[in-house]
Formats: sequence, C-alpha cells, structure tokens
Amino acid sequence: MKTNPVKIALSYLLLVLIALAVMYPCAWIVMSSFKAGDSLYSETFIPQQLTLDHYRELFDEDNKYQIYYPTWYWNTLKIAFTSMVLGTIIQLLTAYSISRFRFAGRKQAMTTILVLGMFPGFMSLIAIYILLQQLNLLGSWWALVLVYSAGAALGMFVAKGFFDTIPRSLEEAARIDGAGHFTIFWRIMLPLSRPIITYISLTTFTGAWVDFIFARMVLRNDRETWTLAVGLFELVQGLQSTKFTLFAAGAILVAIPITILFMFLQRFLVDGLTAGASKG
Amino acid sequence: MKHSKTAAILSVLSMGVGQLYNRQWAKGLLFLAFHVSMLVYFFTTGLGQIHGLITLGDQAQVEVQRKIRGITITDVVNKDHSIFMMIFGLIAVFILLIYLFIYVMNVRDAAKVGALRDKGKNVAGFGATLNSIRERSFPYAMLSIPTVGVLFFTVLPIVFMILIAFTNYSQKTLPPKNLVDWVGFGTFVDLLTLKAWARTFFGVLGWTIIWAISATLSCYIGGILVALLIQQKGIRFKGLWRTIFIIPYAIPQFISLLIFRNLLNDKFGPLNQAIRQYFGFLGLDGLPWLSDPFWAKVSVIGVNMWLGIPVTMVLTMGILTAIPKDLYEAADVDGASGFQKFRNITMPYVLFATAPILIMQFAGNINNFNVIFLLTNGNPQNSEYTMAGSTDLLVTWLYKLTLDNQQYAMASAVGIMIFLIVASFSIYNFKRSRSYREEDMIQ
Repeated sequence: MKTNPVKIALSYLLLVLIALAVMYPCAWIVMSSFKAGDSLYSETFIPQQLTLDHYRELFDEDNKYQIYYPTWYWNTLKIAFTSMVLGTIIQLLTAYSISRFRFAGRKQAMTTILVLGMFPGFMSLIAIYILLQQLNLLGSWWALVLVYSAGAALGMFVAKGFFDTIPRSLEEAARIDGAGHFTIFWRIMLPLSRPIITYISLTTFTGAWVDFIFARMVLRNDRETWTLAVGLFELVQGLQSTKFTLFAAGAILVAIPITILFMFLQRFLVDGLTAGASKG
Repeated sequence: MKHSKTAAILSVLSMGVGQLYNRQWAKGLLFLAFHVSMLVYFFTTGLGQIHGLITLGDQAQVEVQRKIRGITITDVVNKDHSIFMMIFGLIAVFILLIYLFIYVMNVRDAAKVGALRDKGKNVAGFGATLNSIRERSFPYAMLSIPTVGVLFFTVLPIVFMILIAFTNYSQKTLPPKNLVDWVGFGTFVDLLTLKAWARTFFGVLGWTIIWAISATLSCYIGGILVALLIQQKGIRFKGLWRTIFIIPYAIPQFISLLIFRNLLNDKFGPLNQAIRQYFGFLGLDGLPWLSDPFWAKVSVIGVNMWLGIPVTMVLTMGILTAIPKDLYEAADVDGASGFQKFRNITMPYVLFATAPILIMQFAGNINNFNVIFLLTNGNPQNSEYTMAGSTDLLVTWLYKLTLDNQQYAMASAVGIMIFLIVASFSIYNFKRSRSYREEDMIQ
C-alpha cells in the first residue's frame, strides 16, 4: 500500500512540533538551573554564563534562606520508602483476597472501597489532624507514613484486575498437592505478580514523594522535618521570582530520580494503566 | 429443649455462655472475657462518649477569677471541647458496632454448634477451631490490617466530616472557647440560598463542570490524535516518539506545574518574553496568562493537556495494536479507502475501548486539585465570590474554606456536594464495567 508523501511530511512536522512543546519546559528549567544570577528573566534561551552555584547553594549548610535541602531529601526518601513497603503490602493483601476469594461481604467491600475513593482526599484533613494530634504524631514523619499506607488499600483495583487474570487452575493444582492458602500466596502468586508489585511500589513511592497537601499540614513549621515537596512549594511561594534559579536547581534534583524510575519502568506503568482502564 | 436453641438463648444473655454450654471451654471463655471488657469499657467511658456525640457538650471554656493577695488572676478552665467529643463519640460508636457484630456472630456460632450436638456429632475442640479459622477465614485475616487502617484513617475521618456539615463548626464557634451545635440541614440551606454563598457555589460549580468537560475532552481527543499520528504507516522511530511524548507523565506533577507557573509569569516568563519579541510590532505586550480570568482558564486547560495527553496516548496505542489485522485486510479486499477504514474500524474500536476511561477521567478532573492549586491557586481574585477566585474548582474552594478560612461546616457541605456529583458518575460507570458484572467469567 502506498503512502502519501505530503501526509507523511506533515505528520513529521506535527510530531516535531509536539516534541518541541513537550521538551521546551524541561529544557528551559534545566537551562535556568545553570544560569548565573537568580532572576526568572533571561536574555537568551541558553544562558550566557553557566554556573553550578545554585546546586552548591542547595547543599550549603548555613544558607540564609533556611533551605535544608539534604535533610529534606533524606526525609522524603525515608517517608517514601517506608510508605512504599507498607503500602504495597497492604494493597497486595487487599487486592489478592478480594480477587481470589469469594467470601461474605465481598461485593459490599468492593463497593465501599469504590465509594470511599470518591470523596476528595483531603476532605478528611481536619479529622486526621485531630487523630494525629491525639496520637501525638504531629510533626513526625511516622504520621505521614501512617496516613499514606493506611489509605493504600483503596487503590487496589488495578492489582485486583491483575490477580483476576491469573488462572484458577494454578491454585487448584497446588491445593491438590496439599498447599495451604498462605503457601499458595507466598510460593505461587507472589512470584507471578512481579509486574504488579513493581507498578504498586512505583505508584506508592511517587505518591509519597510528591504529596504536599498532607505533608504541609502534618509537618507545619519545623523546617528541618519538611519533605522536598513542602520545601520546594514554600520556596516558590516565598521567593517566587527572586530566587527562581535556586528553585530550578531544586526542582531538577527532585524530578530526576522519579523521572528516571518512570522511564526505566515504563513497561510496567503502561501495563498497569491499561489493566486499570480495561478492568475498571 | 434442643441444644441449638438453648445455646443460642444462653449466648444472647451473655456472650460465651452458649459456647460454655456446648462445652467449648476455651472459645467460651474468650468470648466471655471480651464481653466483660466491652461492658466495662462502655459503662466507664464508652456510653459517656456516645452521649457527648449527641450533645456536643454543654459548657464552653470559662474564665474563673480568683484573688491572691489582692491581685486578680484569671484562670482559663477548659470544659467541653465539642470537636474532640465528636471524634471520641464516633470512635465509641465504631467500637459499639464492632461489638454488636461480634455479638451476633457469637449467637450464630452457639446455635450452629448446638445444632451439631442435636445431630449427635462431636463438637470441635479449640485447636480444630483455630485450624478451620486459618483455612476458611484466610481472606478475613488478610483483610484485617487494611480494614483497620481504612476504618480509622479513611472511614472515620469521612464520617466525621459528613457530621461536621450538619453542625455550625466555623471560625465563629471554634472550640474550646465556644460550643459547636447540631444545625441539621442549615448549612446546606445557607450554601444554596444565602446570596454570598449561593453565588459562589453556583459560579464555582459552573466552572468546575466546564473545566471537567474541556479538560477531559481535550486530553482524550489530543491523546487519541497523537497516538494515531505515531501509529500511521510510514512513520519511523515509533518507539522514540512515544518515549519523548511520555516525558510529561514521568515528571512529578507538582514540579511540572510549578515550572509552568513560572513559564507563564506575566512580566518575566519566557512565553510573554517571546510574544513581546516576535509579535511586539502588533502592539502585543504579552498576554495575562495567569492574572486575567479568561486567560487563566485557557492556561489551566492548556497546561492540563500537556500533563494529560500522554496517558490517553499510551492507552490508545495499546488499543490500536490490539485491533485484529484481518479487519483491515477484509476492508482492503472490499476496496475501502484509508479514511473509510479509519471511520469504520479504528475509531469505533478505540472509542468503545476507551469510553470507561473517559468517564473516570471526567470524575477525576472534577477533583483535580493539583493543577488548579499549583498553577493559579484559584486566582485571579473574583470580587463576586466568597473566599474563592475565578479559576477555583469546588475542591480548591473546599481547601481554602478549610485551611485558610476555617469555615469547616461549609467546607464539609461543599465536600458532600462534590461527592454526590462524582459518585453519580462513577457508580453508573462501575456498574456497567466488565469487571463488576462478569468478574468470574474472565477466568
């Protein structure tokens, strides 16, 4: 079948234009982070003077803007990693039991999870705040871990869709060989669910990495306990265009690990997305 | 009398007694111990807390003056704190419900074991019971930890906030200085009829719906078009294009949004800089991307396209590769043109497969907090609105009402409205979805 050369040329033109629109903001922020001075305004796209000062300033111990970047980075890593482990376990358990077992109250549980997911997440902000206050956890990173992983069960639909596709004959065979529920889960299901585990871990990790609504509320005024998202948001709020290049450098360091993770694990994400979409 | 009836009646009188009657000593004692501890809890604290949930306290903080050597000292004495009373009352109600649930289970268990005895069968020992729990109740055991988490950090807060909507909890009634009271549907009536609130509510609601429709459709159509563009015959480096276009999805959203906020800066942003440079001769001095109500709306929808198109693109590309090739071959044999094939095979296929996502994305966009909050923060200000700006969605308005203005009752009422809107779409969608209806047929 022949293809129309004009159409192809136009398509390439469009693709290049879209690619430019996609890349421009990224390239711009990278350039800004290397730009000398601290203003938003720039004469040229590629700055006349390149510098690493802003990155250095972020890791400066006694900076005048109270930016504890290394501490924030460590806090965020700690919180994101712990929530990822706990959240993934909780979500797997929920999805697995709902997918594989037919128990009384199952449909109701699914409907409840669905309905709960429809409330705006931070509508319950105040109640959680009071609960954390009573548990004496305000300002502590454990509070965030608790909030992130406690809600993890609600995101179980994608994983449930995945477990639904594993043939039942596998576990029936194992049962005949005398395996109990736990053995089946541990020895047969888990090894098969590596893609979905990757997907859940990645989403819970990034969820915790980028959240700032809860983090901002729980972590309040002690700057040393902040996470990156809170810190960067305050940086932009407080010093908007006056310290723009510093923000740019900070933003790049936050974005890089996540972006690399996403690009590397693209396949799992795409699978997860497709599964979640077609299976509800 | 039959054993089953006796055992059931006994365990109604007190948990565990029926089991003891059935000679299931360990189980009976466990139930009994639980029963006693629950009774102690309720009579010492629980019932009081539930009472507190009903009254929300009857004495606010008072100031007591006393004189020490002629100097008057004012002591602040804390009395009832309505909000704490509400939360603790709720927790007590939760515990009561769990208690009642276990009570019913206990009666059923006693009756069942009694029935076994009536048939002259042996009664299972404690070890056997544990074993059967491990086998039969495996899903319950697995779900117990997630359930507790969800119960206390999702259900309880949501129930709490729903209750708040029926009180007058706001800046004016902040405890412990004041008491909060139940006002029934008063807050909802205010929201819908008081001019200041109603104008804001319907204004923001209108924009929320316009936003949700345009944000969803623009990303949906855009994503499908980009996917079709890449998957065309004759386009090379498909993987490369896909990888480039997926970048916005990989960058943490709050970073992209904060970047765009600067990119669109009226005075110094590079976009306006470019407009001034290249179109300056037309007298254009840049556009008020984030400070004019109309342009701010254009900006949020545009930036949302940048963020959202990759998702639809990826999904559509997956669907396109799944369309059976023989359909196209058959069409070729019949002499169909490229456009006819697109209209009659590709499009119906893609639309059918992506329709559920469309509704989910619509519901998601109604609650799309990040884009608005990080890009415009609801601004520019709108003098007609109460505590909201021109680009505020219901969710961001809810956030402002709660955290900036302490209008808790009103915020909760708005939250319930959002829930009703989102729920009606999602439940409709979910009931139609394959995974709900034909779940067991996938196997």
